[in-house]
Amino acid sequence: MSAPLKSTDQLEGFRRETRAWLEANCPAEMRQPVAEEGDVCWGGRRWKFKSDAQRAWLERMAERGWTVPEWPKEYGGGGLSKEEARVLREEMARLSCRAPLTSFGISMLGPALLKYGNEEQKREHLPKIVRGEIRWCQGYSEPGAGSDLASLKTRAEDQGDHYVVTGSKIWTSYGDKADWIFCLVRTDFGARKQEGISFLLFDMQSPGIATRPIRLISGYSPFTQTFFDAVQVPKQNLVGELNKGWTIAKYLLTHERNMIGGMGTQRQTPLSQVAIKSIGLASGRLAEGALRADIARFEMDALAFGLTMSRVIDEAKAGNETGAMSSMLKYYGTELNKRRAELAMSIAGAEGLKFDGQTQVDLAPVWLRTKANSIEGGTSEVQLNIIAKSVLRLPGA
Amino acid sequence: MSLVLTEDQLMFRDAAKRFAAERTPVAQLRKLRDQNDGVGFDRAVWKEMAQMGWAGVLVPEEHGGAGFGYVGAGLIAQEIGRNLSATPFLSTAVLAVTALLRGGSVAQKEALLPAIASGDLVVALASDERARHAPHSIATRAAGGSGRFKLSGRKLHVLDGHVADRLIVTARTSGDVDSRDGITLFLIDAKATGVNVTRTPTVDHHNAATLELRDVAVGDADVIGTFDKGAVVLDAVLDAGRATLAAELLGVAEESFERTLNYLREREQFGAKIGTFQALQHRAAHLFCEIELVRSVVLRTLQALDSQEPTASNLVCLAKAKATDVARIATNEAVQMHGGIGMTDEFDIGFFMKRARGAGETLGDYYYHADRFAQLAGY
Repeated sequence: MSAPLKSTDQLEGFRRETRAWLEANCPAEMRQPVAEEGDVCWGGRRWKFKSDAQRAWLERMAERGWTVPEWPKEYGGGGLSKEEARVLREEMARLSCRAPLTSFGISMLGPALLKYGNEEQKREHLPKIVRGEIRWCQGYSEPGAGSDLASLKTRAEDQGDHYVVTGSKIWTSYGDKADWIFCLVRTDFGARKQEGISFLLFDMQSPGIATRPIRLISGYSPFTQTFFDAVQVPKQNLVGELNKGWTIAKYLLTHERNMIGGMGTQRQTPLSQVAIKSIGLASGRLAEGALRADIARFEMDALAFGLTMSRVIDEAKAGNETGAMSSMLKYYGTELNKRRAELAMSIAGAEGLKFDGQTQVDLAPVWLRTKANSIEGGTSEVQLNIIAKSVLRLPGA
Repeated sequence: MSLVLTEDQLMFRDAAKRFAAERTPVAQLRKLRDQNDGVGFDRAVWKEMAQMGWAGVLVPEEHGGAGFGYVGAGLIAQEIGRNLSATPFLSTAVLAVTALLRGGSVAQKEALLPAIASGDLVVALASDERARHAPHSIATRAAGGSGRFKLSGRKLHVLDGHVADRLIVTARTSGDVDSRDGITLFLIDAKATGVNVTRTPTVDHHNAATLELRDVAVGDADVIGTFDKGAVVLDAVLDAGRATLAAELLGVAEESFERTLNYLREREQFGAKIGTFQALQHRAAHLFCEIELVRSVVLRTLQALDSQEPTASNLVCLAKAKATDVARIATNEAVQMHGGIGMTDEFDIGFFMKRARGAGETLGDYYYHADRFAQLAGY
């Protein structure tokens, strides 16, 4: 699948070239830490670049296919081997380069299209994702189908050369900002619930589509409810086989779980360091004993979890069976992330209560946001069900 | 280093797995207990273990050992945990050998390492003096000077102390009673005048003893490591023991968890297998995740000891704390999920809970290592 291993010399050559190119092409502004929402570039038809630097950075990286370093060149990707992609990541980190583009096209639809799409679909959609021209959203959950996703009711009726889609989706991330949607719809109304589902792509500007933002407890509205009223979708926009969309959905859910589960391990200032600053030490120990004990327990679990992520990657590299590890990582990672936010709030005390309903870098909105981690992408309880069934082989699970 | 076992390590583990299950299963520990065996393990089986390379797992090949390192020792300990095998492996093959490798003179190594590796010599570490682990709190005195000393003091929880041929004793040669400085390690003969050992039966039916020393004569040649600076060797010995215990606790947790899963698949109540109940499924699934974390931590820690990484102690704390905590939860859940039968002596599952407690307390429990973890991280 990946390009053949490069010799160390070749890899070092690639590193030198990459470093020189990044130094010459990554604008100084794009080496500053992300400070607010607009600093993360999502692209799309309606994207307003925050600055010329943001635009230039995206265009230069997209030109080389380095917004998606490992995708094949024929679809606009960088065509890099795993080792080269790692070198690129390391060199970008060395210069503190921001990601040129963040999108669900890159993280979710792209991998699904590469695996299940036909040639025409790949050629049509992948290059636009690479260049950040089309912003995608995901149409999975419905008001009546959350944890029980397969019971979804949005219908796609066969009308000869096109489908007519009617129904409603909920928790559509940035549904009001997206250009296209990848959507699970029911195409067989008599079959067992998992067997009548198909995977459709369509333009959010199609007649009959409306979105309504959902205001969350954090004061923030990243999700919409999305309504489809007899939306016409050309038949060539069906991905994979008719009624086999559940396979693609499961593949993408695994992908999504790995992303959400991994969020807790992003580089953050250790809680203990935050606590030393705000609480202080007494005889070398954090001055509040009970809080210190909880922080230590959290930091040990976080370190153990990080090592487990590494081990799962190493096992996969060695070709060993890793089972339903994505459920484990999603469950444990998101629960850890929530614990971290709870402790961060406790350490901050009254300072942590600051809330103006707008600033998303304050602690309170972050704390509130983490509560969704163990709900989105399959709740913690659903992950435990999956572990009980597919790993532990418990009866009737 | 990749967090995956090599081919050699996998073969070594498979051999250990077969041997422990056949020769030292839980039934053997039960038999030793029922017969109130004076030794607490089968000496003939320990010789067989030596032939398997267990007694000399850490001993370099030049001294007659297998040279398989701490990862190898951990693989053995994990199988010991799974089978609750009665063996002097921890005291002799890990604690004593690490002390000799780190601080032993050429003469000491040549005299002891081959005899340990062949299973002919049992050596115990006598260090702890407090009920709660406080490794540098040493009141045992070495009085005298000019190369001649007399040891006096009392040591607790000496693993295999009552059957050891030699004892490695920590004593204070200078400094305050809690000072890391001023500790010296001495090698003494268990039959020396003034040595009095009393076996202390424990709830996990594993070997421990109390040691009384009264004017036991030792000399310069008996010192292991540097005079007054014995804590350097002692800390390395304790970390090796803690990491090995973490691996044993991983085995205890794994085995009791697997036995419990089997019970959940078979036992029927209310007209259904109890494994169909979500209340039990979710607890089992959570436990699965915790055990996976312990697996990663134990392997990483043993690798760090083998490559003598500077931050290996932080990992040792993590491993011992996490393994102690998870083995406690796993064995407690095992008894609870087995219901009434889990409370009976006839059924083995209780043995696992007892060993989780015993191994958990040994060389520092969860609280000790959580505290040390935080201290090493600067808080």
